[in-house]
Amino acid sequence: METIVAVLAGLLVAGGAYLMLSGNLVRYILGLTILSNAANLVIFAAGRMAKAAPALTAYGADAPAAGVANPVPQALILTAIVIGFGLFCFALTLAYRAFYAMGTARMDAMRIAEPREDRG
Amino acid sequence: MQQTVPYEAGPWRFLPSAVMAAAFAWFATFLPSASAGQTAELVFPWVPTLGIDIAFRLDALSLLFSLLITGVGAICFLYSAEYFHNDRRLKRLLTLMVLFAMSMLGVVLADDAVTLFVAWECTTITSFLLVGFDHHKADARYKAQQALLVTGMGGLALMAGLIIMGTVAGTFRLSEMADFAGFTSDPLYPAMLILVLIGCFTKSAQFPFHFWLPGAMAAPTPVSAYLHSATMVKAGVYLVARMTPMLGGTEVWSWTLSLVGATTMVVASFWALRQSDLKLMLAWTTLMGLGALMLGLGGGGYYAIGGAMTFIVVHAFYKAALFLGVGLLDKGAGTREVGELGGLRGAMPMSFIIIALAAASMAGLPPFVGFIGKELIYEGALHATTEEIFVLTMAVTANALMVAVALVLAIRPFFGTFRAPHAAPADPSILMWGGPALLALGGLGLGLVPGPFGALIGQITEIVRAAPGAPELKLWHGVNGALMLSLLTFALGGVFFWGVPQLRAALIREEDRVPDSAAVYDILLNAMRDTAAWVARTTQNGRMMSYLRVTFTTLALMVWGAIFVGAGAVAQIDPDIPLFHWGLVIAIAASLSTIIFTGSRLVAITALGGIGLAIAVIYVLYSAIDVAMTQLLTETLIVVFVAVAFTKLPRAGTGALRIGDAIIAAILGLGVTFALLAVLGSGLEQDVSAFYLEAAYPQAAGRNIVNVILVDFRALDTLGEVAVVLIAGIAALAALRAGREVKK
Repeated sequence: METIVAVLAGLLVAGGAYLMLSGNLVRYILGLTILSNAANLVIFAAGRMAKAAPALTAYGADAPAAGVANPVPQALILTAIVIGFGLFCFALTLAYRAFYAMGTARMDAMRIAEPREDRG
Repeated sequence: MQQTVPYEAGPWRFLPSAVMAAAFAWFATFLPSASAGQTAELVFPWVPTLGIDIAFRLDALSLLFSLLITGVGAICFLYSAEYFHNDRRLKRLLTLMVLFAMSMLGVVLADDAVTLFVAWECTTITSFLLVGFDHHKADARYKAQQALLVTGMGGLALMAGLIIMGTVAGTFRLSEMADFAGFTSDPLYPAMLILVLIGCFTKSAQFPFHFWLPGAMAAPTPVSAYLHSATMVKAGVYLVARMTPMLGGTEVWSWTLSLVGATTMVVASFWALRQSDLKLMLAWTTLMGLGALMLGLGGGGYYAIGGAMTFIVVHAFYKAALFLGVGLLDKGAGTREVGELGGLRGAMPMSFIIIALAAASMAGLPPFVGFIGKELIYEGALHATTEEIFVLTMAVTANALMVAVALVLAIRPFFGTFRAPHAAPADPSILMWGGPALLALGGLGLGLVPGPFGALIGQITEIVRAAPGAPELKLWHGVNGALMLSLLTFALGGVFFWGVPQLRAALIREEDRVPDSAAVYDILLNAMRDTAAWVARTTQNGRMMSYLRVTFTTLALMVWGAIFVGAGAVAQIDPDIPLFHWGLVIAIAASLSTIIFTGSRLVAITALGGIGLAIAVIYVLYSAIDVAMTQLLTETLIVVFVAVAFTKLPRAGTGALRIGDAIIAAILGLGVTFALLAVLGSGLEQDVSAFYLEAAYPQAAGRNIVNVILVDFRALDTLGEVAVVLIAGIAALAALRAGREVKK
């Protein structure tokens, strides 16, 4: 299954990057969300995926039985999902503000920091 | 209402001059011991592990330059204090001059190559500030920048040369390098030679780097008198002398110095006659003097070296006196243009005497010290190791032109019909003419009694040549070759003076046709500016999309780079995949293409939720229960937020297919797939996972191991993560509120 996830992650990265490159803030936000999902999948697959029991310790035991799922990538992805969510919220607000401040969602038209010199 | 009180600097203005005079007196106490070959050292450890110290050493060569720096410094500082008496910028001028003098002392006293380089760069920077002293003038800024770039570039070459020398010799101490005999036989000798000489030639304004020195005349007159006669431009000469025992003695050394020196000398003397501004005329004669010094050092014999060392003093005396004398004319009569001055000998007697005495020394008339210096250079040329006819012809031509320039300086402003911009021209106060008078008389005094001074020159000659033997300094050597050459020089000089108007006219006519290294400098500078502008325009074009494309392209290159550098075995795609899993993949791919190709916001949001949901299913299938729960929660919130926000945002639209972006995205996506397959093809270290599995319950008393990792083992990380989400929330809230205020 990891190898399929590798193909899937590649697809999602390509799609996300293409959306982010579209020059439109709305599509940029969609691409950003897809990209962070793809990153999580990469971490998950890199830690190997197995149809094993979840990483839980049974009552009365000190350690789980052999062959449970790898807990480290899961912990990392959990953190990443939450951070990614925070990033997404902030980016969405910024996009919203930028649209209202500049009256456009076209990224190439947002040139307050580096105004166009050739045209007035 | 506002009354302008004329500014008058207080008595503090004499302080720098007094300090310099005291330093001069202190250095003078070393004369007997240094002339006898003794040295004094002062060492502070700096970077001991690299063998670099702040080391100073006073030998006869350093002493000669120290005396010039402090002596001429005292006179120039006194002169400046009076010249800028009513100028508020006097404080700045004197501060910079003192800083410059200290840097210059650092150059000539340093015994450590790194210390020398640091002091060397300090002189470059302070002289940049001094040349650009009138920084409100664009021309002064341009000239200052020119001097900085030319000498600064040379400084970098010098640094590289010194580092190679230090590495080859195994020490950075100049005194120890002088005892190391292996430089000239080292394979790196050409590199050392070229780099060090570029440093010296740029600093001492040798052809073809000479053009910055006339440009540096944008500086105030006292600055030119100090920097461009006695001190800074001599730093290159000093270093060549210092390096002679280490790098000298080879054919290529003698030839390079002789050729460059001779060319500078002759080119400069001709262009000196072309000038009408007395100060510019002096600047070009300074170039001639510097060329003569390089020629002498290239000669190598003890007459040539001794002559060069004598000429350093000669030149400092007469050139500083002449610069200051021209300043007197400028201040007293109102101009430096030779055509607008005439018949002033009665109105400005002191200026006349000073300029006449200094010009006599410059022309090399007996009994001035200039005569001794010139005789020694001729004697050296007669014994030259390189082509003597070439050296002699160049030396006689240049000196004859100097005679003509000296005659112009001493005669044109002071004889003939009375002409001056000022109605009543008069000498400035004794504070101004006292110093130059002392220098002019010193040129005469040293010529009459050269004995004590001769001992120092003799010692320096032995240091530079690293061999015994020194010339005798005296006025009358009997009827010999040098005397004949002197007489020839005077005769030729007279002819040149007589022909000055025709010569000037010819030079002005030819000026545009003569190749000019200043023009090359401008071309190079403009090319650099244009290239920089082009790079900035291309990379900093202000279009966000181009920045984003560069970012993604770089990312793709990095991913592929990592694959090519580090990938071992690559995992093959597993053929035995359950149909259900393929279904997930197809669902995600379909949702993705829907987002890309749909024009509807609602469809896009639904598809986005579909992708998140499908990924959550993958997490569930592969036993990541907590991850799946979190994924479901955030995906739900994301869909809600996007839905709310999109009602306020414009329609996204699909736009045309962008082939370029598609290629970038595809390369990046393929890179990610390959990178992950490469990771899967290599082994997996399970140590960390095994530790958590075993330690979770005994150490943290938790049975859900993923949770234990997050809230116990890596609790601080989780705290940081919570803080990030909190800050993002606050910032988002602030951004939304700010919008509301604007609308009010």
